[in-house]
Amino acid sequence: MTTNAEFGYNSKIEGEVIVTRLDAAIGWFRKHSLWPMPMGLACCAIELMAAGASRFDISRFGAEVMRFSPRQSDVMIVAGTVTYKMALAVRRIYDQMPEPKWVIAMGACASTGGMYRSYSVLQGVDNIIPVDVYVAGCPPRPEALLDGFLKLQAKVATEPVRSVVS
Amino acid sequence: MSATEYAQKLAAKFGPLIGTPVEFRGEVTLPILDPERIAEVCTHAKSDLGFDMLLDITSIDQYGETPRWVIVYELFSITHKTHLRLKTSVSEERSELPTISGVWRTADWHEREMFDMMGLRFTGHPDLRRILMWDGYPYFPLRKDFPLAGKPTDLPEVAFTNRAPLEGGPFVTIAGGKDTGAREPRVRTPEN
Repeated sequence: MTTNAEFGYNSKIEGEVIVTRLDAAIGWFRKHSLWPMPMGLACCAIELMAAGASRFDISRFGAEVMRFSPRQSDVMIVAGTVTYKMALAVRRIYDQMPEPKWVIAMGACASTGGMYRSYSVLQGVDNIIPVDVYVAGCPPRPEALLDGFLKLQAKVATEPVRSVVS
Repeated sequence: MSATEYAQKLAAKFGPLIGTPVEFRGEVTLPILDPERIAEVCTHAKSDLGFDMLLDITSIDQYGETPRWVIVYELFSITHKTHLRLKTSVSEERSELPTISGVWRTADWHEREMFDMMGLRFTGHPDLRRILMWDGYPYFPLRKDFPLAGKPTDLPEVAFTNRAPLEGGPFVTIAGGKDTGAREPRVRTPEN
């Protein structure tokens, strides 16, 4: 049997104490329990549901707790076409989420407006809220969303705690 | 009884108000010459001729022609399985006709949509607000003279729209061009 030497922690020597930086510890806590706000607006939401279901299983990364209340969620997954009328609601829900909060723009529509070059569609949700990760695809497969989610986790883990509070 | 016979019944009841029915591929279209009496015709069609379902109402912008607006009512009867289409025209100056939401309640939202997209007003409508765009949006986006990309608007504290960039965008076509380059230009400005 091999042991993971990278961990650098031996309970026989160090007892029950781990020495780390506060930023690293808090980032580690946060990245493994990002509760999503599923902002499902169009067909991307179907792939988002698939990502949450057993086959792709987003709970492997600690994000299975889809919160339909913005006040309990950490990351808003904007999945679908954001129309100008819906933009008001999206912005309002984002404002209701407590800090720290992150946003994933899932799919072409949420990222850039996608194929909808028209009077009614917001050309990218980053016009109204700050986006951390853009996921390409129309719609992206659940694996792509999970990959984007891992990218966000890496970002959350390395983010200094103080800089998040704006 | 066929749709043509129902059309004749309507014509017999309302006389000169009803134009000549047009039949095309088994579908009958009946022109109503005075838009002010559309609700009357619809009430009769529902209560006496059994057209108990309103499938759809649409409006057509015949930009450059007079009258500019054509409003199309698609009637259907669940009991005798017959379609009937009513058409009426409204001038741009008037842009107003009576509501038929008192006849079929489903007309309520259809008329709101026409108000939102075309700017037609319906007298007697219980709740004539925009339905797809937000309250305060200043344009009527399905009119022919409205650019596909939209127009920028700004309603401080409420909402904004920007022009959508059309460079390389899909769905940019001009009918009647000689070749593909003329029919589907890479960019289309509102002028061309």
